[in-house]
Amino acid sequence: MTALEIDNLTHTFGGLTALADVSLAVAPGERLAIIGPNGAGKTTLFNLITGIFRPSAGRIRLFGRDVTRLPVHRRARLGLARTFQISTLFPKLTVLDSVLLAVQGLDPARFVLHRRRASYGHLRERAESLLSEWSLADRAHQVTRQLSYGEQRQVELILALAGAPKVLLLDEPTAGLSPAETASVAQMIRRFSRETTILLIEHDMDVALDLVDRVTVLVQGRVLAEGEKDAIRSDPNVAAIYFGSDDA
Amino acid sequence: MSARVASGTAALAVLIALPVVLSSYQLGLVTKMLIFGIFAMSLDLLLGYAGLPSLGHAAYFGVAAYTVGLLALRVGNNVWIDFPAGLAVAAAVSALFGLFALRTRGSYFLMITLALGQVLWGIAFGWRSLTGGDDGLPSVPRPRLPLPWPMTDGVPFYYFVLAFFALAVAALALIVSSPFGRALVGIRESERRMEVLGYDVWRYKYAAFVLAGLFAGLAGNLFVYFNGFVSPSYLSLLFSASALLMVILGGSGTLLGPAIGAAVIVGLENVISGYMERWVLVLGVIYVLVTLFAPTGLVGLVGRRLGHGDA
Repeated sequence: MTALEIDNLTHTFGGLTALADVSLAVAPGERLAIIGPNGAGKTTLFNLITGIFRPSAGRIRLFGRDVTRLPVHRRARLGLARTFQISTLFPKLTVLDSVLLAVQGLDPARFVLHRRRASYGHLRERAESLLSEWSLADRAHQVTRQLSYGEQRQVELILALAGAPKVLLLDEPTAGLSPAETASVAQMIRRFSRETTILLIEHDMDVALDLVDRVTVLVQGRVLAEGEKDAIRSDPNVAAIYFGSDDA
Repeated sequence: MSARVASGTAALAVLIALPVVLSSYQLGLVTKMLIFGIFAMSLDLLLGYAGLPSLGHAAYFGVAAYTVGLLALRVGNNVWIDFPAGLAVAAAVSALFGLFALRTRGSYFLMITLALGQVLWGIAFGWRSLTGGDDGLPSVPRPRLPLPWPMTDGVPFYYFVLAFFALAVAALALIVSSPFGRALVGIRESERRMEVLGYDVWRYKYAAFVLAGLFAGLAGNLFVYFNGFVSPSYLSLLFSASALLMVILGGSGTLLGPAIGAAVIVGLENVISGYMERWVLVLGVIYVLVTLFAPTGLVGLVGRRLGHGDA
């Protein structure tokens, strides 16, 4: 069974076709990069998979289940998580509080209002172990907006990991980072459980190819090429379109 | 935590001891402060925690007051029926209004809550045979309880209100520190993120909206008993706006801050309206000063002086 299957997905904004007839399938545990120039529809694809947008046509299946019409939070509970290209963290909350919210999101206690959250020891244990596993324990009590940009990207990844997702969508996790920060985020992604299926949008071709097994190239809302990363690396069409575009 | 419990117990002890030192006039003023404290805290659940700026919160306060007033005057002064009925109507109206209001966000939410509140105000104003129109409903009796102290006296009634105030503080403090309350804060900070983390955001906002309406209704119940009178002004924009000001003045998202804000506003209104008729103008000036010089409210101001902020 495929972890994620997309059939003939089309999405239009007004008259503009952002995605046209995109199909792809990802096996459990597989890591797939989605590359392409700006405006290729990569983030739109993620918004469709997570349910933030509803497609104009096509189907999305998660482990064989049709989720095309499910709301965002229901898909999250089926094991789908994502990061955002532009940080939408909880700026005024501490790192620990943010991770607690992420841990609590898939816990049955999430709607309880007659008990203090502090009385749920397992939530705090899970949040703290995530923070120490990813070396952010010393930032636990800092307010998120006071962290460096690189650290905020790490928090972003930890929030997505908190629910132990089966399918994880990473939208440009290294965007705007220094080479050193990029390396440490890449290192972090490399350490993710091999059981987690990963889709990665990445501008930096070297970073992308280093992290994944397979690549899909999107151009102007269509799949231009797909295949093993070595085949994509040597595909002249990809090289022409990808490097010929002016994406910074 | 233990420091909070200690200071809470101390504050409660002071409130319990107040009737010993205060004149009956002053005690009446404190009673009013406590009632508006509940009202302001109920709005804080929406504004400060869920990030929903309601400009129609008087609606739930007012319908509860009208329900209790009408039942006590026309059906019978039975607190065991009238009081729960006031709460139930406030919750029902907020459950209905929430369906409309929560389809919107930000300033649109502000506008629609304002509009819905004005609808109720219009009904109360126009439906003279039921509500007495502009004249309101005078002579609403105090509740009769199976206690040796009559509620018509200031001191027993003060304790009656104080009991509900303490209950409201305890319940709201529990709610805002519960997983539900923490999720509301997450929604205030980033709705989209919360959805992706598995939260049914609409359900949280709706529950918060109805709970806030319920506690506003509690304040309305107590106020109609306190004043012995209900009029369309209880449903007015001015009432909703002063509740917002109490929350902002005290510090939104701090729960007790808005109760302090309510005490300050009620106290100032009492003093100033003795000297001039332009009380609303003073409210406006306070609002401007707070936004300019203490955007985090009195609690934030004191917190910064003591060197620790409260998120």
